[in-house]
Amino acid sequence: MSKQPTRVTVNGKAHARIVESRLTLADFLRHELGLTGTHLGCEHGVCGACTVLVDGHSTRACLMFAVQANGCEVTTVEGLTPDGGLSVLQQAFVDNHGLQCGFCTPGMLVTLTELLRENPSPSEDEVREALTGNLCRCTGYAGIVKAALDAAQRLRDRQGS
Amino acid sequence: MKPAPFDYHAPRQLKEAAELLATLPNAKILAGGQSLVPMMNFRYVVADHLVDLGGIADLRGITVVDGWLRIGAMMRQRELETAAEIAQYCPLLAEALRHVGHRQTRNRGTIGGSLAHADPAAELPAVCAAYDAVIHVASIRGIRQVPFKDFSTGFMATALAPDEMIAAIDLPVWRQGHGHGFHEFARRHGDFALAGAAALLDIGASNVVRRAALSLCGVAAAPVRVEAAEARLVGQPLDSSLIRSAAAATWLVEPISDIHAGAEYRRHLAQVLSARALTNAARRAGVDVPRVI
Repeated sequence: MSKQPTRVTVNGKAHARIVESRLTLADFLRHELGLTGTHLGCEHGVCGACTVLVDGHSTRACLMFAVQANGCEVTTVEGLTPDGGLSVLQQAFVDNHGLQCGFCTPGMLVTLTELLRENPSPSEDEVREALTGNLCRCTGYAGIVKAALDAAQRLRDRQGS
Repeated sequence: MKPAPFDYHAPRQLKEAAELLATLPNAKILAGGQSLVPMMNFRYVVADHLVDLGGIADLRGITVVDGWLRIGAMMRQRELETAAEIAQYCPLLAEALRHVGHRQTRNRGTIGGSLAHADPAAELPAVCAAYDAVIHVASIRGIRQVPFKDFSTGFMATALAPDEMIAAIDLPVWRQGHGHGFHEFARRHGDFALAGAAALLDIGASNVVRRAALSLCGVAAAPVRVEAAEARLVGQPLDSSLIRSAAAATWLVEPISDIHAGAEYRRHLAQVLSARALTNAARRAGVDVPRVI
């Protein structure tokens, strides 16, 4: 039983695989499905680079086994990206210097997607608190926070129009 | 793949899980996995079997019965943080949960997992200590109820036998209108607290304290109730000098010393944070006391 079947819907597409129990969801996404947008930094739940949505909730994919995701819907950064363009949040990162090397960016985008869904008008403090579980080691957080607040504004404007 | 190989079991019934824990050698319980999986990734923990409790419906839910709030052990921390019943009946728990790890870990981490892991800096054991929670412990021998003071047995140690699991947590509901306060100090929000304080105050006519509870996390090897502080509060009219006196009673606690903070600094933090938690609790109970520190 060190191998188990798992059925996971990722970005709307159903996948069925037989995997080792110890395979993390992050390695499943990257190595089994080739979705390398989910980055792995620390692999012990500190850096947040591997954050994905599991049934809509932000989750560290390095702290969950693929077999635990059996029956779940997973959304990765690829699933947040519209065909042939960028999402409002992604564009706000580009416009506000919210990324430099890009390593932490997928985790930031996924975490902020959940935040903005739950709280369309976050304060700067709320954005900073939501991002405490995502480490950035180059751009710095100022641009990322600015991008999040800008995206929230753009999404509210779009909702209002 | 970072963890050592293991066999994975996903029981759907509590009884099935109890049987697996009683028969499988070197088995570990997988609750939210937010502490266990990092330890497995580092190979600090090597288990031959993981019993995942995530699929057991009996371990979920929040119910209010006869003055007690019962929380299923597999309730996610974030679910509790946002649950209307918790905010209404045990608001101290809701406030403390906002300090537990990060949003992503609270989405997975469970209340039962946190109590069983028993990290001395963890917020939820301190909340259970303040409430005199009753822990429902399940095994093939049935369910036994353990008062939290007997459940917590020392540094990362609990009364759980290797084949036992937490099924539910009972918290007594304090009178409506009581006050609560939770303060902690960590280097960054979401880090392990160097120290934290949880306070409950029930205040009657003429601002006399009818009932008080004060507990600390991160200070000693396990969460501590500061009974000396409670004794100073109960029966006295509440004002800032009483809060100062009660907080000073935390000097009796013997703090731990580690690379993050020395014992003297933790003792200082315990006093300051207790005063702030008690002040918040007093204000929420309708007594306008000035901040003492």
